[in-house]
Amino acid sequence: MTLVDTVISRGNIESTMTNQAISIAVFFGLGLLFWMVALAASHLVRPRRPSAAKEATYECGTVPVGRAWYQVHVRYYIYALLFVLFDVEVAFLYPWAAIFRRLDGFTLFLLIDVLIFLLILVFGLVYAWRKGALEWE
Amino acid sequence: MPELLRYLLVILGVVLAPLTIAAGLTWGERRLLALFQDRYGPNRVGPAGVLQVLADMIKILTKEDWVPPFADRPVFVLAPAIIIIATYLSFAVIVFAPGIAVAELNIGLLFFLAMSSLSVYSVALAGWASNSKYALLGSLRSIGQMLSYEVFMGLSLMGVVVMAGTFDLGAIVRAQAGLWYIVPQFIGFFIFFIAGLAETRRIPFDLPEAESELVAGFHTEYSGMKFAMFFLGEYVAITLFAAMLTVLFLGGWHGPGSQSTLVALGWFLLKTLALIAVFILIRASLPRLRYDQLMEFGWKVMLPLSLVNLLVTGAVVLWRG
Repeated sequence: MTLVDTVISRGNIESTMTNQAISIAVFFGLGLLFWMVALAASHLVRPRRPSAAKEATYECGTVPVGRAWYQVHVRYYIYALLFVLFDVEVAFLYPWAAIFRRLDGFTLFLLIDVLIFLLILVFGLVYAWRKGALEWE
Repeated sequence: MPELLRYLLVILGVVLAPLTIAAGLTWGERRLLALFQDRYGPNRVGPAGVLQVLADMIKILTKEDWVPPFADRPVFVLAPAIIIIATYLSFAVIVFAPGIAVAELNIGLLFFLAMSSLSVYSVALAGWASNSKYALLGSLRSIGQMLSYEVFMGLSLMGVVVMAGTFDLGAIVRAQAGLWYIVPQFIGFFIFFIAGLAETRRIPFDLPEAESELVAGFHTEYSGMKFAMFFLGEYVAITLFAAMLTVLFLGGWHGPGSQSTLVALGWFLLKTLALIAVFILIRASLPRLRYDQLMEFGWKVMLPLSLVNLLVTGAVVLWRG
């Protein structure tokens, strides 16, 4: 099946995965094209006048001191760790939320299930809170 | 080949509409801010200053686009592309009216969440590649902020998913035919709105680019067209969040009047523009938060609140059968 056939079949039958993948790929291509065309167009018309002062790092007019790729406060890493923990756990909730209504007769069971799961999650949050991991100091 | 023609028209429309709205917003935001602050705003170029958009475009196109010699060049050039493409791709899954969508994925909502996570990379890489202290500070702040707010952004939408029972954006809108989800899911709406403000780095969450302390944050060293990419990316992201809020909580294309596609599109556009105006009104009214307040608010208030919202939604759905 050619690309055009696939595109035409859209609407006649249920839109298929292939169609959607192609559509998204087309969209991705258009975004990339926009970026390239905009940069190329400005490349054609823009001036280029380098000077010694312009080549320096911007630090409000003073001469830069030290390296810009400096050590980072450990706070940021703790937030990154918290993010990894909680976002992975939240990812488990997505399928739960999607299926919750569809399983007739199991809904109460599912709710208790997720309650236990969330209690563990909240326990982790309370632990981080008590340890002072959520404070910026 | 009417089907193919229709399909191409939809793609063209979805490509052009966010760009047009984003470009218009560069003028519209300044006019609205001026209105809120009892000023005139840009009103010289063309009727009511509309052509200011064109003037700005010409100006930014002809500005020197300076790549710092000390920067990590490939990353520096690539970073603006990521934000534009990632925010743009999300529009591909939004269902604007019955049948009007580039790709009505059955995992549309997950796709949106994935793409909005990707835009963090743009900010992180831009700040890192700039090799400038202000830029790195700004990007570190925004990574911390976007990561923190992303956790409960996804969580706040799970209430909607529980009620609709699907990730399909079209099905979610259809499920709102009787009652818009903003009523039963008001807390979800509220949390997602705040997360949207944080993800687009708008006031009161604009610490990554706080002008008075960090010059311009992660895009301090950017100029010309590459700066414009970040600028435009921000407005496209605002449009995206307004559109997502419309789809998930404000009933999408539903509205009084005839059921034709054109009317449906009109309702969608009206709701989206109204939400964008609220974004701008918030910018005009609120001060900037302090960084520690911002992080504490996210982890200590919003995260527990979204968990409670999810549980209560589940219990109510169970109780009502």
